[in-house]
Amino acid sequence: MSTLPKWHELPVGGLILEAGSARDYKTGGWRSIKPIYNQEKCINCLNCWIHCPDSSIMVKESKVTGIDYDYCKGCGICAKVCPPKVAAISMIEEGR
Amino acid sequence: MGKMVAKTGNEAMAEAMRQINPDVVAAYPITPATEVVQIFSTYVADGLVQTEFIAVESEHSAMSACLGAVATGARTMTSTASQGLALMGEMLYIASGLRLPIVMAEVNRALSAPINIHCDHSDTMGARDSGWIQIYSENAQEAYDNLIQGVRIAEECLLPTMVMADGFIISHGMESMEILEDKEVQDFVGEYNPSSTLINSEKPITMGALDFTDYYFEHRRSLAQAMIEAKEKIIKISQEYSHLSKRKYQLFEKYMLDDAEIAIVVIGSTAGTAKVVINELREKKIKAGLLKIRVFRPFPGEELKEALANIPVIAVLDRADSLSTMGGPLFIEIKSSLYGLEKQPQVVNYIYGLGGRDINLHHLREIYQDLQSLLKTGKVTSLVKYLGVRE
Amino acid sequence: MASLKELSKRVDLLSGGHRACAGCTEPMAVRQILLAANAPLVISSATGCLEVTTTIFPYTAWKCSFFHSAFENSAATISGIETGYKALVKKGKIKEQGYKFIGFGGDGGTYDIGFQSLSGAMERGHDILYVCLDNGAYMNTGIQRSSATPKGAHTTTSPAGKIIPGKKEFRKDLTSIMVAHNIPYVAQAAPSNWKDLTTKVEKALSIKGPTFINVLVPCRLGWGFAPETAIEIGEEAVDCSYWPLFEVEDGNWKLTYRPKEKKPLVDWLKKQVRFKHLFKGNQQEILTQLQEDIDKNWERLLKKCGEETKA
Repeated sequence: MSTLPKWHELPVGGLILEAGSARDYKTGGWRSIKPIYNQEKCINCLNCWIHCPDSSIMVKESKVTGIDYDYCKGCGICAKVCPPKVAAISMIEEGR
Repeated sequence: MGKMVAKTGNEAMAEAMRQINPDVVAAYPITPATEVVQIFSTYVADGLVQTEFIAVESEHSAMSACLGAVATGARTMTSTASQGLALMGEMLYIASGLRLPIVMAEVNRALSAPINIHCDHSDTMGARDSGWIQIYSENAQEAYDNLIQGVRIAEECLLPTMVMADGFIISHGMESMEILEDKEVQDFVGEYNPSSTLINSEKPITMGALDFTDYYFEHRRSLAQAMIEAKEKIIKISQEYSHLSKRKYQLFEKYMLDDAEIAIVVIGSTAGTAKVVINELREKKIKAGLLKIRVFRPFPGEELKEALANIPVIAVLDRADSLSTMGGPLFIEIKSSLYGLEKQPQVVNYIYGLGGRDINLHHLREIYQDLQSLLKTGKVTSLVKYLGVRE
Repeated sequence: MASLKELSKRVDLLSGGHRACAGCTEPMAVRQILLAANAPLVISSATGCLEVTTTIFPYTAWKCSFFHSAFENSAATISGIETGYKALVKKGKIKEQGYKFIGFGGDGGTYDIGFQSLSGAMERGHDILYVCLDNGAYMNTGIQRSSATPKGAHTTTSPAGKIIPGKKEFRKDLTSIMVAHNIPYVAQAAPSNWKDLTTKVEKALSIKGPTFINVLVPCRLGWGFAPETAIEIGEEAVDCSYWPLFEVEDGNWKLTYRPKEKKPLVDWLKKQVRFKHLFKGNQQEILTQLQEDIDKNWERLLKKCGEETKA
């Protein structure tokens, strides 16, 4: 039997009442490569953060704190836009 | 205290809108509904209403803008006819699917092709599956009364609602009728207070999400339930309005029906014509009667079954041909409602008045004559007749 | 003009967990736009990649109110939302809270099926920002051509075949059409230049009246490039003048970014699978036409912007 809600348990009109409920859907499972973040090398230019399509560069008080692997899809854009002289993010094969 | 005035159907509906004073109206002109928004625009320009009026560039955009507006918590109305309603097509289904209580003054006009600006019910019959509550009016008084009730009905059922008036016949026909006082209408419609709106920084919402196969059915079942539960709410609101206006409003009107042996079921202005013929026949002691449908969606099948069960011979008049080849849309739904009765009434169909083809007293007399023969012989000669066409 | 540091202190209104392709530049652009807005927002979106990937019931990636109804009516919808808000504030039913209204649509929902409703909304003067997310085809339904698809591109309805090498027509210049609506602000931008895009969004939202920004969002699937090169592809589109960055404020054209050196178009085309057929056999004529078209439009733009047309 399905554990999904019955018709009368759903909000009227197909509304989604919980903002940002997509956080319950972990797209991290899509990855085949993953970014590794090196905090020591990082200069907090935030270039990775502003370009991440999945809001997966975690930032606190304007400083990068790490990668949110729950949602990171391994697109590699962060590693690419990190200034070459800084190279604080590198991509490795998932599962390593 | 009501006031007696002379108004056409369109003027009456515009007057109702003035008194309702909706927050937003988004509309596009189309004959014969144009005057409703034209007159309303003058109310806006003269500051007689505080409505924000959006003169959109198409009916599809009209319904789209209405959806956006009502979702913010603004009471929203519109008006259209025929091709305009058809152009709104997909948006009508979306309005009901999103459970947004838009109220529409719909003036019945034939659908193209051929293009025709006159009255028939093909436009709103074409929208009967769209999930809108559908209420038909017989005359300008009813159009005015129904539109006011429509606001409460839509908001309490959370289903968009269309109120109909026959194109030209009602919309442009002058009648003497009673309008309520502004305050009475204001008190009756009250305030629109939805539980969720787009304007809420504490609780932002997403409206119109994609459903895969795992949720669509549940959402649609929920919509079906809303339509089922609408019937009782419509009855209650109509009762409340009947009390206020001293005019009776129910799911349908029975005219000399209780002891009738021959009866017609009809929608709209034709009912008025038929009542004259019924009076004539009753003078001659012929037991003729009429049932006039007011609420078509939700279809009051159970109540109709009860009202028609003991009438031996019934003619259903359709001012639309749904091209099923088995008769018009009202005929099919009436027959379906009567199924299962131990003693089945004999039901026949007349498709009439398409494209504004006039129906008058002699046509109605002909129908009742046919019914009298049917009552005598018990033999249906033709199930579906096109009445008034040259053949 | 907010710095990255300032932007990073704001709430990210698009959450992770949406189903856009890895490396999709649409959510990238949308994140930048929402951060730049810095106001309570209501968003409308046409049917398309953005809407479909961010709102699959019961999941929504949006942390502001979001409304989707159909494909061709994002502009009509957002104008209804703006009007509803205005009406309620006017009647005193709600307080003025500085809400901003942004309508999104893809090139499908904006250049083609949504064109009419966009034109109508802009003409009526609503206080809205419309953002077109232009990836040059109907991507969500599997890469079909739109009037925004560049000439020569392979799409599934303008395939590169034995006789016809991709789309035959040049693209529609929607941005100029929007300028012709005489609205107070029109711009072209791309998320590969976040500073330019966010500055333009701030500006647009500070202006009363209808504003329009056309945003180039490269699509890795439809264009055919490796996802990590998305920003490069965007930058090079700008550098070869395929997608110049400019703004038009009250009819005054201004170039907001001038490439140091205008690059040849073919260098950009070569990086995308959708153009690879132009480099097989003899398609030089098309390549020449494409370069001439770019050059002609670039010269015209420079003139309008009062820029020197360098030798």
